[in-house]
Amino acid sequence: MSQDVVTSPPSTSGARVGLPSIFIVFFKLGAFSFGGGLTGWVYQEVVAIRRWMSEEELLSGLALCQVLPGANVTNLSVFVGLKLRGIIGATVAVGALLTAPFLAVISFALIYDRIASLAWLSPAMDGISAAATGLLLVVGLKSSARAVGKLAPMLALAATAVMVGILQWPLLPVVLCVAPVSIWAAWPRKSRDA
Amino acid sequence: MRETLLIPLALTFISFSLTSIGGGPSLFAPMQHEAVDVHHWITAREFVEMFAMSRAAPGPGSMLCALIGWKVDGWAGAIIATLALFVPSSLLCYAVARVWNSHRGKAWHTAVQEGLAPIGAGLILAGVLAIGRVAGAGPLWWGIAVLAAGILGLRPRLHPMVLLVIGGVAAVIAWKLSA
Repeated sequence: MSQDVVTSPPSTSGARVGLPSIFIVFFKLGAFSFGGGLTGWVYQEVVAIRRWMSEEELLSGLALCQVLPGANVTNLSVFVGLKLRGIIGATVAVGALLTAPFLAVISFALIYDRIASLAWLSPAMDGISAAATGLLLVVGLKSSARAVGKLAPMLALAATAVMVGILQWPLLPVVLCVAPVSIWAAWPRKSRDA
Repeated sequence: MRETLLIPLALTFISFSLTSIGGGPSLFAPMQHEAVDVHHWITAREFVEMFAMSRAAPGPGSMLCALIGWKVDGWAGAIIATLALFVPSSLLCYAVARVWNSHRGKAWHTAVQEGLAPIGAGLILAGVLAIGRVAGAGPLWWGIAVLAAGILGLRPRLHPMVLLVIGGVAAVIAWKLSA
């Protein structure tokens, strides 16, 4: 819209995203994300369903958010909210994300003795976290497909997945080593373009 | 004399906020150390119970901080601990993301974005393995995860909540059958 500040580029869809829809999306994310599959869900809502961001934009933002301190999903909410509506968007996204989990843990603390005896609760939580991980797996495979056939991105992807996922090396040094090489490989070269 | 409790609480979680690289999982060990051994806010047993509660609750696992705060001083403690843990890192992320976005469209920005995207994808795959490890995942758990992935592969725009409900129900049915 015309009232958009020049420095903030419009979202990919071209329309200004309303604060209520940002709130609703991130509140739902916070309220129903069990077991840590949040990133997959953010991708699904923001890229696949709503097209608020391109896939590449979200993935590069994800790498950025994971290197910075803080929970990945709150950082990613800041990143998405900022892109959509500046500082208000970022505040609304993070606030909405954390509201339900905050109230949930406090409620748990209040009724802990009663729910601890519900035997089906624990398998249900496990199943939800497994399904959330399946979601994450699809997003991981889908975003990996972009790298197939391109040597440098494939190496960067495999190196990151193996070192962090299998060898369990600390994330920060791994990313700090792989990122410069990967960025260097993507750097525009005049000699090749000309 | 609440300040004598609430100020150390805030300072402890602010320092966690700015050092928690790698997100929530990197925080559990230092949180336990500070809350149990250093400040004696909670006992070791309470920490284990709180850890289970924060995993059973939705959202980031580091919401455990609210439970510690709750134990220290009810609502005030819970709110202060939560803000102290999530606000500083969010402000830092906001500043970095703003700088990042203001260079959009430049050649180097495109190169950095292209260079970081496969690393983001690699981190997602690593996250799948990490969650499986933390969850102590068995065949049933991975079966549900792969099933959910298969369903989503066939129906890409399916709502995530439908998948989560399927996963939860499937696990409860399997548990009933095995009991």
